[in-house]
Amino acid sequence: MNPPAVNPPAMPTYLGMPSFPEAARGAVADTRLRANLAHATGTIRRRREAAVAELPDWPELRDAAKQIKDHTLEHLGHYLELLEERVTAAGGTVHWALDAAEANAIVTRLVRETGESEVVKVKSMATQEIGLNEALAEAGITAHETDLAELIVQLDDDLPSHILVPAIHKNRAEIREIFRREMPSAPEDLTDDPAALAEAARRHLRAKFLSAKVAVSGANFAIAETGTVLVVESEGNGRMCLTLPDTLITVMGVEKLLPTARDLEVFLQLLPRSSTAERMNPYTSAWTGVHPGDGPRAFHLVLLDNGRTATHADPVGRQALRCIRCSACLNVCPVYARAGGHAYGSPYPGPIGAILSPQIRGIGSDVDASLPFASTLCGACYEACPVAIDIPEVLVHLRARAPKKPGERLVMTAAGWTLRTPGRLALAQYAASRGRWFARRLRFPRAWADTRDVPVPPARSFRRWWREEQR
Amino acid sequence: MKIALFVTCVNDTLFPGTGRAVVAVLERLGHEVVFPEAQTCCGQMHLNTGYPAEALPLVRSFTGAFEDYDAVVTPSGSCAAMVRDWHGKVAGRAGDQELERRAAELAPRVHELSELLVDVLGVTDVGAVFPHRVTYHPTCHGLRMLRLGDKPASLLRAVRGLELIDLPDAAECCGFGGTFAMKNPDVSAAMCADKIGNVKATGAEILCAADNSCLMHLGGALKRWRSGVRVMHLAEILASTG
Repeated sequence: MNPPAVNPPAMPTYLGMPSFPEAARGAVADTRLRANLAHATGTIRRRREAAVAELPDWPELRDAAKQIKDHTLEHLGHYLELLEERVTAAGGTVHWALDAAEANAIVTRLVRETGESEVVKVKSMATQEIGLNEALAEAGITAHETDLAELIVQLDDDLPSHILVPAIHKNRAEIREIFRREMPSAPEDLTDDPAALAEAARRHLRAKFLSAKVAVSGANFAIAETGTVLVVESEGNGRMCLTLPDTLITVMGVEKLLPTARDLEVFLQLLPRSSTAERMNPYTSAWTGVHPGDGPRAFHLVLLDNGRTATHADPVGRQALRCIRCSACLNVCPVYARAGGHAYGSPYPGPIGAILSPQIRGIGSDVDASLPFASTLCGACYEACPVAIDIPEVLVHLRARAPKKPGERLVMTAAGWTLRTPGRLALAQYAASRGRWFARRLRFPRAWADTRDVPVPPARSFRRWWREEQR
Repeated sequence: MKIALFVTCVNDTLFPGTGRAVVAVLERLGHEVVFPEAQTCCGQMHLNTGYPAEALPLVRSFTGAFEDYDAVVTPSGSCAAMVRDWHGKVAGRAGDQELERRAAELAPRVHELSELLVDVLGVTDVGAVFPHRVTYHPTCHGLRMLRLGDKPASLLRAVRGLELIDLPDAAECCGFGGTFAMKNPDVSAAMCADKIGNVKATGAEILCAADNSCLMHLGGALKRWRSGVRVMHLAEILASTG
């Protein structure tokens, strides 16, 4: 993987994050956060189950999605060149970005060329990943998030904690406080009624939509054969950003590509049901280049690699690139529900983040080395994943690559040596049975014994019982 | 039927009563149980903690110890899943194709206890008597990797005197996760506390599961809390005759 000293950071906003267990400790102790998360994920989880259960061909759809994504990734170079050709033919401009720094530089230059100092943004994971808002701010350009939850997070100078619901860690009362504090147009008597909060956000955003000359978006899908790009959203803010401004700049991870428009038949069934538990997505915007008198006059597509090619080189890990960012795995994950999204130290939290971030960024930092272990391997994520990413398998695979502490390595090597022959195991069992008095009083290791009694070894192992009873 | 018992290293070392219970149940049903003494461990802890090189010799010794038997039973959902889903892969990824082939051949003959009883031997009533209120936690690997479904509950429902009480949010992980319990102690304890809250809400006297590693974690916390709820492996309830 990329040594961080040589290459620019893949996710610059999240530098210096503590390891997952350390970051999770605070979240677990925050009872309000845990209640917010348990309520929100529990609700989405039940709705998703019901929405998925309605489709008798769900397993076939899931398998089709997996095969389409695998095929596309296998021939990615071919399809990307085709996409570039078709987007260019339709009047768009394609840019290639190897990493976050390149992508940020391209977008900054494109905005500067318009002479504008403000942009409106459609919620986008790729631009979170590269820290685009921060890079634009350094260049004196203000980016206004227009997705409601993303707006809440931005106004509070916070980081998103969920792929689909970035402000899932906040409740209504907290959101009202943020609006009253940070939104000049918010009414004095704003309540925490969801309709009132949405209305305040709507008024605030409407002014931005009508004045913005440049929009920045991500993409859910791009169709190679037609050069069409799609954004799937449910608030209508995306539609405003994609149609009203003069210039549209889209930053898209290279793995979002699909070969043909027909492939959407599969993904537009899987994505809404898995993410928002809706049967059909409310606002699906698709555009092909530019059309005089209709929509933006200039369209730029920035194709982002940022560690994806390196990820694809790993035959086990590459399945993470199938991800369509639905967040079903977050909503079913018992670890996410307790630790919250921030502990994952990346815009990609939850199970998918635990396998994506260490691959995109490399497994060197404290947080990335701890992410593959931030799971009980319970398998709920794999079961929920609409593109059948075997997340537990990738976690186990990445654990083998993660740097190990010398003490742990010693214990694991000793345990491996002991378990290698029945004679050694029997000897260890005999020693354990002689230490029963000690075990009863044991409060070590503390990571176990602080909350759980330590099991007391029996007087006789099973093996010894079997032999002594001469069975 | 001659059945080889893979007792697992955890049961062998810490919970021998579970192994004895498996022997008692199968012998009561008229089967011959053998214990291949060359067995040690399936290698799950090493693989899942990121030490596949240390797991490989354990895969090799497991395969050598059991490949001559027509049926193998193990009272652990996660060890059965390790053998069936992972042994071939561990060998294959280490480049040992011969071991991969042998492990793949053995895998379908390795059964978790409730699978052996219900699917292979075709019994749900094993003649047990256990007049207590019991709730059952379906452990993750049994639930999602082995797809045990209703098998353990159907065995419990056939036990005389036993009142089986549904566990709320049963399918959610208990927070053990092998070395996860030590590497992420705060999240693990939070998950454990929620599971125990659900267990206590049932009013059951006994928390039952088909995996002693999860029960070691839950039982350790139930004891620490002086909850009055005991943990028991499925095999031990099925072995009970009142």
